[in-house]
Amino acid sequence: MDIWGQIADGASWALLVAGALFCMAGGVGILRFPDVYTRSHAAGVVDTAGAILILVGLMIQAGLTLITVKLIIILFFLLFTGPAATHALVKAALSGGQMPLTGPRGKGE
Amino acid sequence: MSMFAAAIIGVVVTMAMALLRALMGPTIYDRILAVNTFGTVTVLAISIFGFLMGRPEFLDIALIYALINFAGTIAVLKFLRYGDLGRASAEPDEDI
Repeated sequence: MDIWGQIADGASWALLVAGALFCMAGGVGILRFPDVYTRSHAAGVVDTAGAILILVGLMIQAGLTLITVKLIIILFFLLFTGPAATHALVKAALSGGQMPLTGPRGKGE
Repeated sequence: MSMFAAAIIGVVVTMAMALLRALMGPTIYDRILAVNTFGTVTVLAISIFGFLMGRPEFLDIALIYALINFAGTIAVLKFLRYGDLGRASAEPDEDI
């Protein structure tokens, strides 16, 4: 393959692996954080960093074709609806009587 | 080819973690958050699988899955908040 192909493959490999790592980091955060408000931060990591890195990595693989346009549409949609869904969730949780933790569990409530 | 495998492993591990939170989550909101994250990660998994198997049509499926995932999350939240999905709530939304 010519040099540009190798650079593109290397870049998309790095982006895909970084995206997978960010997804897992967000997943660990969803598991280990104390309450739903902090967990929504971790979920935000998955929605934004994971999605951007993985989809951009796929875009480099696809090159300038219709596939890249579809990937851009998916990425834009995810970036618009992720925060909207998280906002709706946290608003529902707050009005549902779920008080956010202010200190370490057991002392801060 | 192996780059897609690496990405898929990370995505599947995230799916497992989201499912674990959905099972363990004490409150209903943790479960909704976990299912929402599971949906987003599924969109990524479908896209990567499409590339892995050389079938770019999967991206349409991924886009539709993202649409439905968002609509479902908002519907569940609205039902939880207002008790029903029918008519818009009469009284104005009291600010918190």
